[in-house]
Amino acid sequence: MNLWWLMLVCGAITFAIRYSFIAAEGHYRPPTWFRLLLPFVPIAALTAIVAPELLLVRGEIVLGGGNHRLWAGLVAILAAALWRNTLLTIGCGFLALFVLQRI
Amino acid sequence: MNRTQAFVLGLRSVMPLLLGVAPFGVIYGVVALQSGIPPLAAMAMSSIVFAGSAQFLLAQLVGAGAPLLLTAGAVGLVNLRHALYSASVAPLLAHLPRCWKILLAYLLTDEAYAAAIPHLLGRSDARSSAAHWILFGSGFGLWAGWQVSTLAGVLAGTQLPENLGLDFALPLTFIAIVVPMIETRALFAAAVAAGGVAVALAALPYKVGLFIAALAGLAVGAGLTGRAK
Repeated sequence: MNLWWLMLVCGAITFAIRYSFIAAEGHYRPPTWFRLLLPFVPIAALTAIVAPELLLVRGEIVLGGGNHRLWAGLVAILAAALWRNTLLTIGCGFLALFVLQRI
Repeated sequence: MNRTQAFVLGLRSVMPLLLGVAPFGVIYGVVALQSGIPPLAAMAMSSIVFAGSAQFLLAQLVGAGAPLLLTAGAVGLVNLRHALYSASVAPLLAHLPRCWKILLAYLLTDEAYAAAIPHLLGRSDARSSAAHWILFGSGFGLWAGWQVSTLAGVLAGTQLPENLGLDFALPLTFIAIVVPMIETRALFAAAVAAGGVAVALAALPYKVGLFIAALAGLAVGAGLTGRAK
């Protein structure tokens, strides 16, 4: 099997997925419910990425104090809600992780 | 907002995410070499495929000698959620010439989308005139960071970098982006649904759980909006 061909095919698939709706815009009439979904894309997609990172430890849900990333993440969520500042949120999250790992 | 300001805004917004992406790039480079992929091909993959988790998967499947069809299908599944980003930014890019659309689609990753989206949805002036420059800024920043970190991994060769926990910058930055956006009950419900389903389906292969979770979030959010109207 030629590795370069495989890379090109995978690159083409990845690009096609990312280009799909951008290319189709204006060439089709989406049903009204479709437009209702779009405002939720950032929150739904990004929360789906974050939640397992915080709640799962090697595939198991861990809610106890041993799951440092969960508690540091909750500190970051609080910081984000209070100050709405990206760097402050990241700083609080890392600080909390650092402290928790040393308790 | 002019082009330069918009480009710099996008570039600046993606910087915190580079902190988390860089270790992944280095590890990818090392894993690719360990899977028997030559250094030049490992580097080229970061330009041709340009998708972190898909590249990891690709390296593993190549190492395991998986058939082409399976590998290509798996890469497609892993990247399926990018179609949602495509749908999300499509209305903002509708007026652009095709070369712009192609460029921005190529650069449309989790991180570039996440970094740009608060600025695209927030201000009406940015939305109308400079949205594509913001996306280009965040997309280019991530692309450059990914290439450099991949190169570092390929050069480092067989030695995996020490785990400093920097990858935690990714969820932290996503939290910083998402939390301020949750302004209504429907948005909150969408987040809870997506997060819950993602955790429940985390064991599914090829990140299919992420895609289904995002769809669940969209359905719950839109359902609540529809009922309120």
